[in-house]
Amino acid sequence: MPYTAATVQLLSPEGTLVHSDASEQYLPYVDKLSDDALQEFHRHMVVMRRFDIEAANLQRQGQLALWVPSHGQEAAQVGSALAAKPQDHLFPSYREHVIALMRGVDPITILSMFRGLSHGGWDPKEHSNFHLYTLVIGSQTLHATGYAMGLNLDGLAGTGDPDKDTAVMVYFGDGSTSQGDVSEAMVFAASYQTPQVFFLQNNHWAISVPVSRQSRTPLYLRGEGFGIPSVQIDGNDVLASFAVSKANLDAARAGEGPRFIEALTYRMGAHTTSDDPSKYRDNSELEFWAQRDPITRFDTYLRGRGASQAFFDEIAAEGDDLAADIRKRITELPVPASSTMFDNVYSDPHPLMDAERAALADFEASFEEGN
Amino acid sequence: MTETMTMAKALNEGMRAALARDSRVLLMGEDIGPLGGVFRVTEGLQAEFGDKRVLDTPLAESGIVGTAIGLAMSGFRPVCEIQFDGFIFPGFDQITSQLAKLTARHEGTLTMPVVIRVPYGGHIGAVEHHQESPEAYFAHTPGLRLLSPATPHDAYWMIQEAIASNDPVMFFEPKSRYWQKGEVDRESAGIATHSSRVVREGTEVTLVGHGAIVSMLLQAAELAAEEGTSVEVVDLRSLSPIDFDPIVASAQKTGRVVVVQEAPGNVSVGSEVAATVAERAFYSLEAPVLRVSGYDTPFPPAKLESVYLPSVDRILDAVDRALAY
Repeated sequence: MPYTAATVQLLSPEGTLVHSDASEQYLPYVDKLSDDALQEFHRHMVVMRRFDIEAANLQRQGQLALWVPSHGQEAAQVGSALAAKPQDHLFPSYREHVIALMRGVDPITILSMFRGLSHGGWDPKEHSNFHLYTLVIGSQTLHATGYAMGLNLDGLAGTGDPDKDTAVMVYFGDGSTSQGDVSEAMVFAASYQTPQVFFLQNNHWAISVPVSRQSRTPLYLRGEGFGIPSVQIDGNDVLASFAVSKANLDAARAGEGPRFIEALTYRMGAHTTSDDPSKYRDNSELEFWAQRDPITRFDTYLRGRGASQAFFDEIAAEGDDLAADIRKRITELPVPASSTMFDNVYSDPHPLMDAERAALADFEASFEEGN
Repeated sequence: MTETMTMAKALNEGMRAALARDSRVLLMGEDIGPLGGVFRVTEGLQAEFGDKRVLDTPLAESGIVGTAIGLAMSGFRPVCEIQFDGFIFPGFDQITSQLAKLTARHEGTLTMPVVIRVPYGGHIGAVEHHQESPEAYFAHTPGLRLLSPATPHDAYWMIQEAIASNDPVMFFEPKSRYWQKGEVDRESAGIATHSSRVVREGTEVTLVGHGAIVSMLLQAAELAAEEGTSVEVVDLRSLSPIDFDPIVASAQKTGRVVVVQEAPGNVSVGSEVAATVAERAFYSLEAPVLRVSGYDTPFPPAKLESVYLPSVDRILDAVDRALAY
């Protein structure tokens, strides 16, 4: 049982609101939410899970080389992302597919990476400040911290203007907390008092290695060790994820320095489709977390508030439509022209790129008819 | 009009000019503020521009480079100082896996105007990790540019060229030359981007090198001239991309090329020069391209550095061997 008395939980696995010492300060954030807003939480989670299942199917059918499932982590991701303002910058790891979609990235762009057609390629400026995936574990925490240092230098935090003040949120996992870059990011963040939130999704497994191998201390206490106010939440509770993220993003935007959130969640599937979790973890653990599924409990909560079956049917249909859409479009994606390899290695002109581009074009042309 | 100054001062003046010209330029690194860096290259700049333009950072090279990347994403042009050559490796991952690849990963919508200054090379009698020449690792990495000045004048202009670049630039400063004085012309038009340069004309053998080695090549050329051998000297200045045209033209003229560097020779910048000269000047060559370099060992304890590093004698020996073909 990973939860402790300090773990912030606003919605129990049974789908009822929790009143506790830990929850009391955050419940007001939830009280303000309308039924429509709450249903939006659910819509994102449900559509996301359908997308995730479809992507895994596409991998099994050979349309993707790899898929990185997010099943089980929907609440941590959706709640925190909905707490961010449009001007906030979000730096993902590589499993935050739903946040990409919420920030306007075409889901086919995400899939194109796993089909071997790009390394990312969306422009964060055009996609609500959602930055590119970073596959080297933990590297993005430093980029996020540097970005937040820039916000401070530009005077974009702590002005009191809610439309101007900006924060950064960076996503990373339990395995990455062992990387030096994550510690260095917290050193720099604390040192320069950056406007940012470190959002750790502790899904309990770094491929096959349990979090107990990464740390003997609850990970949120790591943040405290760097002088960063830190909190642990039930990451399968979308309301806790939203409310705690909102409170901490507000503090960061107000110029109060960095914050750290550890969201306890669980990777229900494999690390990637190349992995076989049955080799390293017990079904009993999976069963424990299945009882704490983020979507099931929120479904119960919404029905208790009177959400209609029509709503649930509607979002299920939306998920099916998205699945059908990506299934259709994935095979239509063109392979980039070979010359594009050279196009963006440098921003300024570069003689080696010009020479190699020309040499490859000549080589390819030599196979054309008549040559 | 020219002024006489050391390379350290010329770099300082180049950065001062860049800081004054563009408010988005930042300096960041260990001990670069009140101390002015361990080599005093940034002396006085924090006092002049403030601690929001010249940042003393925590002692963490990956952190310096990684946060510089984030600062560049937010529109700044960070200039990082790595304290010594051998201390760059904690930042190697951020440089090669992130900094070098981010423009490509963004398909061109993101520029990465980050400069990483690295004092490098031997001749200062220092302890382990303080005399190395790691440029080949970075020259091998697509997405990076590499510059290394040999004179105060070039240093003044090339650091500004590096800061103006929209691509990441590794700027290797030959630390043994920091305190050598030379003429700097601040009124000139600067120097051509990523250009190598013939610094002494000759007809029989071409010596090619960069950084601190260039002055040694000139000494060797002078001694060779006393013995009746005419030696041409080319300063690479840019290690990535390498401006091969002046080197190839020189090879076609002299027919003999010796490449000299402090770094170990195996799979090095000198290897690339040798291979390209062989490809592009094959019919002009009278001798194979020879290399004189640091040995393929760890940089030795300081009392052996004069054995390890190329010397005028080793260079002249290679000249003689080239002439013997």
